[in-house]
Amino acid sequence: MLIRLLQISLGAILVENFILVKFMGICPFLGVSKKMDTAFGMSMAVIFVMTLASIFTWMVDVWLLRPLELEYMQTVAFILVIAALVQLVEMFLQKSVPSLYSALGIYLPLITTNCAVLGVALLNAEASYTFIEATVSGFMGGVGFTLALLLFASVRERLQFADYPKCFEGFPIALVSAALLALAFMGFSGLEVF
Amino acid sequence: MIVNILYALAVLGVLGLLLGAVLAVASKVFEVKKDERMEPLLECLPGANCGGCGYAGCSAYAEALIAGTAKPGDCPVGGEETGKKVAAILGIELEKNTRLAAFVNCSGGDAARKKYLYSGLSDCHAAARLAGGATECTYGCLGLGSCVSACQFGAISIRNGVAFVNHELCTGCLKCVETCPRHVIRPVPYYADVNVACSSHLRGAQLRKICNIGCLGCHICEKTCKHDAIHVIDNLAQIDYDKCVGCGECAEKCPRHLISDSKLERGAAIAGVGAGGGKAV
Repeated sequence: MLIRLLQISLGAILVENFILVKFMGICPFLGVSKKMDTAFGMSMAVIFVMTLASIFTWMVDVWLLRPLELEYMQTVAFILVIAALVQLVEMFLQKSVPSLYSALGIYLPLITTNCAVLGVALLNAEASYTFIEATVSGFMGGVGFTLALLLFASVRERLQFADYPKCFEGFPIALVSAALLALAFMGFSGLEVF
Repeated sequence: MIVNILYALAVLGVLGLLLGAVLAVASKVFEVKKDERMEPLLECLPGANCGGCGYAGCSAYAEALIAGTAKPGDCPVGGEETGKKVAAILGIELEKNTRLAAFVNCSGGDAARKKYLYSGLSDCHAAARLAGGATECTYGCLGLGSCVSACQFGAISIRNGVAFVNHELCTGCLKCVETCPRHVIRPVPYYADVNVACSSHLRGAQLRKICNIGCLGCHICEKTCKHDAIHVIDNLAQIDYDKCVGCGECAEKCPRHLISDSKLERGAAIAGVGAGGGKAV
């Protein structure tokens, strides 16, 4: 059991990293990676939402869609559940934990429809994970997202002082460095625990 | 087949309805009480979210107003009118805005006649000790940038041989005012719309010989002003900011184009006059 969870974790963080291997959640990856602290805020919000989304979509999938043989409606149902869930959580946080609410800031509603969040739900359903496996997979997927985003943000912060041709300014150099980062993560492919 | 579709439709419809109902209930249960002054405040603010007040947007400024950390009248877009409305909603007095900015009261620079060619230390204090500075005009900017190094915010640069304060970067610390040996940089109200870019108290005829740009004391601005706000005192036009409404009529009429909006660059005015008469010797 523990080894299985370790496998899922390692897979979600390194081997099947959401951003650098699966190319999901590229929008925040390029959008909020200019500064370390915004990248960190975004990452925390993604971990939070991905874990919650995994839990709730597992419930909807296993208790509602599968018994009724409606698996083909997974995408639509998951979007519905995730959107409502994030809204609910946002309201709850604003009332009950204002400090966490202001820390997550605008990132919480922003990632409602992030494809990494929907992706983790769909991949969990495809792999037929148990409840605990799905939760760990969601959480570790978020951790993998954090790792990639923070690595990339630190690269971009240093890029500001780098001497590169003027035509590379802005997104071109960011995309080139993202590609190199993704290339580095390819080295993890085939890595297995035991 | 059609039964399957209806089945899916019903399940998702019910799911959506349920979630919607939960959200509706939650929005009531978890409602955060907002200050009742918030709404009228947002209504009377311009809503442009320009950030000119120093806050992230109009709603952030309104929150700061309610918290008491911001003053009414800090909104540069709405100006005094909005300030009054805001003050009325909050039930406090509108303070006169006292924020200051530095302004260089000289346009001479490269166009002003020089006594000698200065090639010493690039420091105004050093130059001022050498026969009172290189410029013939004893009031003008020496253009060597002592103020530039005094400014911690990078707001000052030397353009065409004369210091220029970037209004957006100026915080009003007035370090440059202290450092200038010629006292050519002076504090003006941050929201002042017009400034006189000359410090010379020389008579017109005397000034004409050494600077083709400076204030002649011709009184045209004084006659133009309907608000009694600009006066020529000791051969130099001076603005009384308590009376000035910023209509800009004096700026239009000034034959030397010396009176200008402090937020704009004066480069245009300098180029317009031309540097014919005051060649460096």
